[in-house]
Amino acid sequence: MQFSGRRKKLSPSCQADLYEQALQFYGQPPLENISLSEFESFAVDRMKLLKTVENLGVSFVKLSDTYKNKLEAESKNLKLSPRQDNGLSEHEKRRKDHISHFILRLAYCQTEDLRRWFIQQEIDLFRYRFGELNSKQKLEFLHKNNLQYDTISVEEKQALSKEIVNSSYAVSGVKVEDQDVYKVPFQDALDLVRTRKVYLKAGYAYIPHQDIVTIVLNDFRTRLSKALALTARSLPAVHSDERLQPLLNHLSHAYVGQDYSIQKNVGKISLEQIDSLSGKSFPLCMRQLHQSLRENHHLRHGGRMQYGLFLKGIGLSLEQALQFWRSEFIRGKVDADKFDKAYAYGIRHMFGKEGKRADYTPYSCMKVILSNPPSQGDHHGCPFRHSDPELLKQKLQFYKVSPSGISQVLELVKGMHYQLACQKYFELTHNVEDANFSLNHPNQYFIESQRALGGGKESKREADAPQRSQESSAARGSTAAQEAAAADASQNLAEMTEDLDSFFNDS
Amino acid sequence: MPAADYDSASLPDLLPLYYRRLFPFSLYYRWLNYGGVQKNYFQNREFSFTLKDDIYVRYQSFSTQNELEKEMQKMNPYKIDIGAVYSHRPNQHNTVKSGTFQALEKELVFDIDMTDYDDVRSCCSQADICSKCWTLMTIAIRVLDRALREDFGFQHLLWVYSGRRGVHCWVCDEGARKLSVAARSAVAEYLSLVKGGEETVKKVILTDPIHPFIRESLSLVEKYFPKYALQEQDILGQKESVDKVLSLVPEDVRKTLQQDFQNERKPETRWKILKDQASRKQNTTKKGKHFEKEIMLQYCYPRLDVNVSKGVNHLLKSPFSVHPKTGRISVPIDIKELETFDPFSVPTISLICEELDRPRTEEEDVKSEEVKENEVDAAENRKIRDYKRTSLAKYVRYFDQFLDAMARSWKGELLKKSDLQKEF
Repeated sequence: MQFSGRRKKLSPSCQADLYEQALQFYGQPPLENISLSEFESFAVDRMKLLKTVENLGVSFVKLSDTYKNKLEAESKNLKLSPRQDNGLSEHEKRRKDHISHFILRLAYCQTEDLRRWFIQQEIDLFRYRFGELNSKQKLEFLHKNNLQYDTISVEEKQALSKEIVNSSYAVSGVKVEDQDVYKVPFQDALDLVRTRKVYLKAGYAYIPHQDIVTIVLNDFRTRLSKALALTARSLPAVHSDERLQPLLNHLSHAYVGQDYSIQKNVGKISLEQIDSLSGKSFPLCMRQLHQSLRENHHLRHGGRMQYGLFLKGIGLSLEQALQFWRSEFIRGKVDADKFDKAYAYGIRHMFGKEGKRADYTPYSCMKVILSNPPSQGDHHGCPFRHSDPELLKQKLQFYKVSPSGISQVLELVKGMHYQLACQKYFELTHNVEDANFSLNHPNQYFIESQRALGGGKESKREADAPQRSQESSAARGSTAAQEAAAADASQNLAEMTEDLDSFFNDS
Repeated sequence: MPAADYDSASLPDLLPLYYRRLFPFSLYYRWLNYGGVQKNYFQNREFSFTLKDDIYVRYQSFSTQNELEKEMQKMNPYKIDIGAVYSHRPNQHNTVKSGTFQALEKELVFDIDMTDYDDVRSCCSQADICSKCWTLMTIAIRVLDRALREDFGFQHLLWVYSGRRGVHCWVCDEGARKLSVAARSAVAEYLSLVKGGEETVKKVILTDPIHPFIRESLSLVEKYFPKYALQEQDILGQKESVDKVLSLVPEDVRKTLQQDFQNERKPETRWKILKDQASRKQNTTKKGKHFEKEIMLQYCYPRLDVNVSKGVNHLLKSPFSVHPKTGRISVPIDIKELETFDPFSVPTISLICEELDRPRTEEEDVKSEEVKENEVDAAENRKIRDYKRTSLAKYVRYFDQFLDAMARSWKGELLKKSDLQKEF
């Protein structure tokens, strides 16, 4: 606040220019001074917005009417809608949008996970906002940001029109003739290539003007990921400011949710308990994995990762995990010797004892639903997302879910609300009317289930804080952990510049 | 072919001979060096060896062909894998600051494994294959080869028999080697049509309009479907397999078909009835109207291991490596002879080593006199002579042709560059 007097000094023309348009690529950082309280409130508001973007993306089809309406309402509510309405002036809102984006860059550039989350939400937000522009504004935006793409000739367009129409969901033949078709290397339109929504020929993607948002988004993504890597490098300077550091740390922790990696219950679970727990307190995805492991005495890599990390999260120690997997695998085709050679490494790796010694966190629902879908021979994934409805129905019947309950679950699945479906399943199997949490993690399901079943009395929450510090001091004692931590710290900075692409391909 | 009888216990005796006299080191080096266009391309490449008793050695790297040769002859690896080209020499990865050692480039690779087809083949399961189900690999190569060339514009595709139950594809174009992880996964997903694991019955769902890529792939699958699926796999013969097919058609059609099939036993006619139902449905409803296409794709469309293609640092078994279980050499497949490629006639290490021991014919002796002239290349020539006497020869020759084609392409590049310079 003490700097507020100096704010006026900055050139107003540059800022006015910056806020001329509703949408921007955030190429220029804000140069003015702002008060700490404004800093914090801007940041918190944008975080709320991004969190909304994430939630809506899970609950509704992206860019459907409901999705757009809800996002619009929330943007207005947080005064982060770049469009004109009552309340703050357009300029004020664009300024808030601009500054808040840059503050969150500081908070979210620190780790891979944070960057991935931030970029994903910012991109979804950008996509929505770009879609809200009218065609004249879109052209202005392209022009202003110097985005020029090669168009194909009329003759070429005519020759390819059938293919282009058949490759894109929303273009009819008539429309193709009216609009420009851009020809870009397929690497610049990966989102369209991935979903097979574009015509590809000899390495080039042919994109009708109405789909141009993908190329623009690709551009935005590249710029943002580069910018975040750069931001990360200048982070030490920011961290030396003791006013900002706690704020930024708080920001990055506040909204990504718990990662369930802190093993506060290590050793609280015995291997004998797993069978009964899997029936009572495991979410369906883990119950399914457990069952097929018991039946086939084997799980493929995707399943071992998803289930293994979950088990680690509920408190299995490395020794227990090794024993658990070995005893099951050797009942199948794998003998003890083969297990030790081929599988034990993977399990130690999961616990951060091999390779780059990263302590892997259990998969969240988003990760289970979106990344690495199961293929032939796989049992992992989200049963609500990756099962045929008919099979899911049978399974639920087998687990004695009431017919009305089943139809409620299936209805949610049909609407692609997989996490809500899982939550409904929780409510039905735990006899609670309304589970007052919002489910986003299999390990959260487990904890909530234990609590609902009365297991919560030996409470995880109460013992939480003191135990956590114990754990970490215990960990510090071991040399291995020390090495890992040291390596991690030195690695952190170096890794910032790593090819960020790899972290986004899950989405 | 008694000579081909392979016993895995003999491997430790055969490998030294194979690496000393038969392994095509010079071509192998020529491939991975890529004309020396980029500095340290070969030197920074990761190799990994699997030694006796499943001992796995990662991050091997070599500065010259000679060094690679010496090391392989010393270690006699049971299996060789090729990894990425890294920012530093992989064998020194521990000496550079962690985080700076990064995988930069690699061929875009595809791995197709017969075990992934277990739900749609009745002849074998797991690691077993037979000439019947091998058609699946032929289809896979046809479909992917077309798409990678025509849709993605790649030219240098090396298809390799894995030695047991599958095939690999190495896309060696410069553009492919430089693809990011995101781009690799997008390509792999573009090419994947069969989706879902054990909890999914219907794994292919088509929606309108049908993408040109799917249309092209379908027309390739259609060529094989009647003989492969209807006759050889007999998917519309036994009740059990018929039920499996019918579980993929819309419920209202299923009943009709069940009745129609009672009076008709011939698979081809049954398929015709099913197709007629599908075309009737296409005129009336929107949903599920492509079911006959979906069935063909589910039974025949290539099933990729997407994770292998995604990672730049993912290791894949090298061409000319031996498969320790079958003893067969992992040989390149000439696409022009794809239809006649028979995995069972691929030479085993025991066969080619025995061929080497057979007495020379006179003609060969004459030739060997000629080459004596040039003492410098004598060792190299001897090796060439050696593999030429074995059934490995034709595969090595094809590999050589593949490398020639690639060399022409970068020569073209260099020429273009120098032309441009002249203009100034």
